[in-house]
Amino acid sequence: MNNLFTIFIGMVLINNMILAKFLGLCSFFGVSKKLSDAFSMGIAVTLVLLIASVSTSLIFNYILVPYELVYMNIVIYILVIASLVQIVEVIIKRTNIALYNAMGIYLPLITTNCIVMAITLLNSSENYSVLESVVNALGAGVGYTLVIIIMSGIREKLDLADTPKSMRGLPIAFLTAALLALAFVGFNGMV
Amino acid sequence: MNDCKNIDNCPQAEACSPKVQEQDKKTGDKKSGSGFIKELTKGIIVVNPVFILILGLCPVLAITNTVTNALGMSAGVLFVLLGSNIIISSIRKVTPSMVRIPVFIVVIATFVTILSLVIEAYVPALHKSLGIYLPLIVVNCIVLGRAEAFASKNPVLLSAADAIGEGIGFAIALLIISLIREIIGTGKLEIFGKQLFEIPGLSEHPLIFFISPPGAFLVIGVTMAILRLAGVMKYE
Repeated sequence: MNNLFTIFIGMVLINNMILAKFLGLCSFFGVSKKLSDAFSMGIAVTLVLLIASVSTSLIFNYILVPYELVYMNIVIYILVIASLVQIVEVIIKRTNIALYNAMGIYLPLITTNCIVMAITLLNSSENYSVLESVVNALGAGVGYTLVIIIMSGIREKLDLADTPKSMRGLPIAFLTAALLALAFVGFNGMV
Repeated sequence: MNDCKNIDNCPQAEACSPKVQEQDKKTGDKKSGSGFIKELTKGIIVVNPVFILILGLCPVLAITNTVTNALGMSAGVLFVLLGSNIIISSIRKVTPSMVRIPVFIVVIATFVTILSLVIEAYVPALHKSLGIYLPLIVVNCIVLGRAEAFASKNPVLLSAADAIGEGIGFAIALLIISLIREIIGTGKLEIFGKQLFEIPGLSEHPLIFFISPPGAFLVIGVTMAILRLAGVMKYE
């Protein structure tokens, strides 16, 4: 139990996917312009992360390891993730059209989001069990949602500020991310 | 063609392709040699993957803490780009367009697996320092982006030139960022274990901030602003 808690806190605050590991930056800078979009994206990423790590860790622990096929993990994981995202999209579309409209366009983008691939690869390189993989994925998803929401709040305010012409848009977003990352360095050594 | 940055969700995908085919015809009419050079040099500045297209940012920030890592990563991306562009371009006529994205992904994942196994066997130190970012080349937007926007519509030779150009453009961006970060962050420059020079004073008290994760965000933000002032990058 203690171990699971350490994995979770470590993933949310200390090894934050965006600020410490630089994963999922494309969506982080692309979707963090509006608070509501950022929230939908965070939920969608967390959902896909959970489903993808359950299935890939099942495949890893019960198929790849017993049959000594671990070297195939990159090819297998990317195919599993790509097809899972499609299935999730179809299911959400059929069961809850309001939810689909809220995050429909973000779901297909998550296939090429490096967070999902990175977490599934981390789960197998750390030899996590299925339960540990789920906690790891949940931590990564919560950490991503937390940071993208903070960032979008700051960027909504930044739009009103008088930034120099050359810094407008992406460069100032990078500097904001630098300050945020500096704040998160304070969590180092917490666990 | 550059409008097709966003592969999964590109409303202009159909609109772009006739344009590309036209351009393809034009370059085909000319001597193939000049087209080759044009595709080769285009990726370095005009459509630089990092600074102009803003693609594949994760490795640009994550492994630019040392120049050695940046060089290793650039070589890896160049290999995967070249291999996947050549294969995808040569099977472009037999690939049904409905399943083209999964086909591209499998080709790219195969090359990444080859690269990962070769580096692990022959340069284990580099494999360790690149860590998770080496297998993540498979989801690097540059590789899939070039496959979709260029290799799936152009002949093999031009696609190879495009891959080399984009690979070199990526390497230049990585080199700029990693040189700034390593020189200021450690006060010296080391490439593959050989020390090239050392700045007296700075090497005793280096600004470690620059090799830490927040420093990466700062350096790339400031570099982009400077490139805009110099007129290389577009204003928003």
